[in-house]
Amino acid sequence: MLENIRLSFKGIWSHKMRSFLTMLGIIIGIAAIIAIVSTIKGTNEQIKENIVGSGDNTVDIALYQGDWMYEMGYEGIPAGVPVINDDIVEELKDIPNVKNVSLYLSRQDYAVYYLNTALSGGYVMGVDENYFSTCNFIIQKGRGFTKEDYTKYHKVALLDPDSEEALFQGEDAIGKTIEIKSEPYIVIGIVDKAQEFEPVINSLEDYYTYAEDSTGKVYIPDSTWPIVYQFDEPQNVVLQVESTDDMTNAGKDGAAILNAYLQVSDETIKYRAEDLLEQAKKIQQLSESTNSMLIWIAGISLIVGGIGVMNIMLVSVTERTQEIGLKKAIGARKSNILGQFLTEAAVLTSLGGIFGVLTGIGLAEIISKVTDMPVAISVPAAVASVAFSMIIGVVFGMLPSYKAANLDPIEALRRE
Amino acid sequence: MILDLKHIFKDYQQDKLVVPVLKDINLQVEEGEYVAIMGPSGSGKTTLMNIIGCLDKPTTGEFYLEGNDILKLKDRELSGVRLNSIGFVFQSFHLMPRESALENVALPLSYAGVKKKERKERALRALERVGLGERATFMPTQLSGGQKQRVAIARAMVNNPKILLADEPTGALDSKSGAQIMELFQRLNEEGVTIVMITHDANIANHAKRIYHIIDGEISEETREEEHHEEV
Ligand SMILES: Nc1ncnc2c1ncn2[C@@H]1O[C@H](COP(=O)(O)OP(=O)(O)O)[C@@H](O)[C@H]1O
Ligand SMILES: [Mg+2]
Repeated sequence: MLENIRLSFKGIWSHKMRSFLTMLGIIIGIAAIIAIVSTIKGTNEQIKENIVGSGDNTVDIALYQGDWMYEMGYEGIPAGVPVINDDIVEELKDIPNVKNVSLYLSRQDYAVYYLNTALSGGYVMGVDENYFSTCNFIIQKGRGFTKEDYTKYHKVALLDPDSEEALFQGEDAIGKTIEIKSEPYIVIGIVDKAQEFEPVINSLEDYYTYAEDSTGKVYIPDSTWPIVYQFDEPQNVVLQVESTDDMTNAGKDGAAILNAYLQVSDETIKYRAEDLLEQAKKIQQLSESTNSMLIWIAGISLIVGGIGVMNIMLVSVTERTQEIGLKKAIGARKSNILGQFLTEAAVLTSLGGIFGVLTGIGLAEIISKVTDMPVAISVPAAVASVAFSMIIGVVFGMLPSYKAANLDPIEALRRE
Repeated sequence: MILDLKHIFKDYQQDKLVVPVLKDINLQVEEGEYVAIMGPSGSGKTTLMNIIGCLDKPTTGEFYLEGNDILKLKDRELSGVRLNSIGFVFQSFHLMPRESALENVALPLSYAGVKKKERKERALRALERVGLGERATFMPTQLSGGQKQRVAIARAMVNNPKILLADEPTGALDSKSGAQIMELFQRLNEEGVTIVMITHDANIANHAKRIYHIIDGEISEETREEEHHEEV
């Protein structure tokens, strides 16, 4: 076997140009597959990171009407939507893998001002006491909300860096007074996510996903919500779970628990978890299905490459008739000859596979440089590619090898 | 009796035409003998050699090698006979052009499943036996015709077969190199190797102890006293 491999390399080396051209089909096919797989993998990792976020593992559950988040009109909360009390919160905490539960109210508000500067499109969030720890926020500057702020209805607010920037534009915000629906609130601190997360924006969809997040948020104690807004807002729940993979199930369970308390006449009104992981998967599937077509095309080029290998091997068997005849005369069995040619085909295509992987990695790097698409090299794909090339060699080497093994040694030796 | 051929016929089919090449060949060779087969070109010498060498089968007839009924053996078993009992030498050497002398000689050992280290040692000993120990690493292109043929003989003998079959071994060589090869054959025969050599050169044939003539596929043994007049 080792002897056969040594001989194969010798043969390939002595016909460098021909060997290279024979391998070319395999090289191109494998290179295309590696490049495609690398871009798929890169895109997928990015999609997951973009949508699911920096791994703070929180799931929001909100009231939906049909496919849209419930819009408050002037009629307030629809009848039959329960107040989420401590008992329900306890029930939510009992969901497997849920670490923390917080409640919050949220409303997009165009009437948030600092002097004459408006926070257009920003959100006002009425949050409970442990909201920031549930969502992995840290106080960057100033202080957070205290128990007293809640019990004594202090009109104090925390800003996120986006709203701080929008309202104060670099000026120190702490201690300044902002207006929310004409109610004065004192800024006491700046909060931000504990884990810094820079979304990568490649497409319009990505842009919309982040546009919402980056318009700025103003947090106030939920006890002071009625001072600003006459109507109660439906409560939203945020669950913190153990790991990213728990998000989908915990979100579904949470929504089911809340829906059990719903007694609304409108059937389309339901609690629903914002399932980011599912969303990410859907987008991934979409990109995978378009790319799997490309992989099929690359696969066909591999088969064409295999046929090329078969063709050259057939020529090489004819050329080496004498060698085969002599080997048989000095005692080689059919299986020896078969093994020699199969090894040669497999070594040839495996080499092609290795060159293909290297070319593919290079190609992927170029794609990422030129188009700004992210790429991630997949080691299993590289290993599988080389293995697959070897199989192609064995499969397409079969016919020439059988031909060689069954050659009549007399005919072979007569050709002088 | 190491070789025993009885009533061997060989026909070739050529476009519906049956061409008889060997006609009722009877040939017996005892172990340790040195036999030459002479005959003009196209008389069927190589065809007979291929049958003796278990590469070809006669159309009809009987053939025993070391007492084994060769015509009953399967392909795989015939490979074994060629590997262990027979050494082949050809007019045109048939060396692997990209392998060194040593690697060429070691080739049959790899089919015999000999380990790499032992292969090397035995191939080197075989090369020393034909006087080319110093040329082990030479490539065929770096060797003269006579040296190439000696490498081929080393390859034929590396598995220590009882029989050496040579098809015009000096046909491509000048007379000096040819004489060296004949010396080598003489020595191998003295060491106990049975030799069957094909030639159309009477001087070469004279090295053998017995001479057969093939003419038009028919064989006849020459009696030593008889003067041969065939110079083709
Ligand atoms: N495969 C074949 N088909 C038809 N005729 C053949 C074949 N092989 C050999 N012959 C014929 O058989 C005869 C003997 O050939 P060969 O044994 O090679 O002669 P020699 O070795 O004595 O020169 C020749 O006439 C040759 O043309
Ligand atoms: Mg001949």
